[in-house]
Amino acid sequence: MTLAVMARALGPIPLDVAFRVAPGELLALVGHSGSGKTTLLRIIAGLWHAETARVTVAGKVWTDTAAGVNLPTYRRRVGIVFQNYALFPHMTAIQNVTAAMDVADLAEAARILDLVNLQGLADRKPAQLSGGQQQRVALARALARKPQALLLDEPFSAVDRATREKLYAEIIALRQHLAMPVVLVTHDMNEAQLLADRMVVIAAGQLVRDGTAAQVMADPAALRALGIREVAVMLPAVVTAHAADGLTRLETAAGPLFLPGVTGPPGTRVKVRIMAHDVILSRARPEGLSAQNILAGTIARIVMGQGPAVMVYVDLGGQEILARITRRAADQMSLQPGDMIHAILKSMSVARDHIALTPISATGRTNDDD
Amino acid sequence: MDWTALALSLRLAGWTVAILFPVAILMGRFLAYRNFRGKGLVEALVMLPLVLPPTVLGFYLLVLLGRNSPVGQWWQSLFGSQLVFSFEGLVVVSVIANLPFAIQPAQRGFEAVAVEIRDAARCCGMSPWRSLWQVELPLAWPGLMTAMVLTFAHTLGEFGVVLMVGGAIPGETRTIAIAIYDRVQGFDDRSAAIMSATLVAISLSTIAVTFWLSARVGRRLS
Repeated sequence: MTLAVMARALGPIPLDVAFRVAPGELLALVGHSGSGKTTLLRIIAGLWHAETARVTVAGKVWTDTAAGVNLPTYRRRVGIVFQNYALFPHMTAIQNVTAAMDVADLAEAARILDLVNLQGLADRKPAQLSGGQQQRVALARALARKPQALLLDEPFSAVDRATREKLYAEIIALRQHLAMPVVLVTHDMNEAQLLADRMVVIAAGQLVRDGTAAQVMADPAALRALGIREVAVMLPAVVTAHAADGLTRLETAAGPLFLPGVTGPPGTRVKVRIMAHDVILSRARPEGLSAQNILAGTIARIVMGQGPAVMVYVDLGGQEILARITRRAADQMSLQPGDMIHAILKSMSVARDHIALTPISATGRTNDDD
Repeated sequence: MDWTALALSLRLAGWTVAILFPVAILMGRFLAYRNFRGKGLVEALVMLPLVLPPTVLGFYLLVLLGRNSPVGQWWQSLFGSQLVFSFEGLVVVSVIANLPFAIQPAQRGFEAVAVEIRDAARCCGMSPWRSLWQVELPLAWPGLMTAMVLTFAHTLGEFGVVLMVGGAIPGETRTIAIAIYDRVQGFDDRSAAIMSATLVAISLSTIAVTFWLSARVGRRLS
């Protein structure tokens, strides 16, 4: 059930992109607004026609401009969650779900609503639901189509931060039920890093980088396309204890981390997003410092940028994190690859929504290609 | 009170609404969703009967449908009677005179259905036909209802065009509006007053019922 996409167009946004998504894999299409991400989703769904395009799903051709094939949207098994959800306002939540079924099946619709945690709200109209609940209905409706490709177009951009955090966790939990390729369009690197198995970075309609988060973060061209302030890595960690002062102790490969606002019982595996510009480097282990988190590691490599900053890749017991520091500081400390170094991180600099439960990834399924 | 005239008017309004309902759906939807060269011209043509003096519109329709016109001759050969000065002819001119009242509100109604909603319908596997029935018509309903009520009420009150093309043949083309004019001409003010009041009552109640139904639909959507 692999999704393969190729699209070339001259305008309105020049486009030249090709990528594949494996069954059960979640691919994030990232890039600034106007980069052509949403246009790509619309091409997959058959809602927009590029001059040259080829879309195949599970070996079936949906679009092939060369062969003159263009399956109408309603004949494609595609589920879309639109940015503003586009729920049918005159239908209840459950009617929205059954509307996407070939044959309306109320029991199945109720099961899908349960799956997205909408128990008891089946008979509400969209206008009577909160933004987060509307997003869940939109997701349920997309799933009710039994899609061979699930497309999510900035699905979290219209809800507040607290709701978004909850929805992230739900999507991660839902992953084990999703056997189809999933494409998430987002401009939010945090979202992409938390949720996606792989990223395709797009700038001005051109593919800049296709790879894992770590590969993207190691590519200066991709970092330029994303904006340097978005540079961050996901550090895997395990919850070990919740302290009375509200901080949670997390164990990482390089030592303990103390962070606020972490939920989940001890033993929960999480990923913590560490922003490169929040990391301070020190040769000696500092004393008398307010920062709670000091992780010891070695410098893997140093990448010079064009500006006054350098990117230092620090190896923390097998996990790399990035520190964005000034070139001047790197010179004064005469940092060299292989040097022992301490990475310092303020507990409060990790935002609540930058911590996510580890996806119960469907990677086991990604190999049995069509 | 000329009951025959009133019945004729209601019959004419009924036929006009019945014919214009599918036309309003097709044309309103087409004009709302499609962009094409000359769209402005088509919209202007649809609106034309609204701004033309009824006598001018009536004159052209008389020429177009009259005994010597191709349309008139075709009708004559088909049914053995002339189209003008008949009830059937009245229905034809009434449909044309009411095009703006039917199409314009219907177009606004379909324009109110956001393009994302229509895209979502297609992504839900709905064929264009199913999308029309399940999504577009229910959402465009207030506009369509306005269109039909305006058409109905306007047909009851149409005077100039009817007089030009239909004359005032009792039971055939003398509508209530014409009958009122006749009574005033004959100094029968009392009958004219009763018929006028009846027309006001019918029109007012039609519009009131529509507003009430629209408000209900509005509540249904919010």
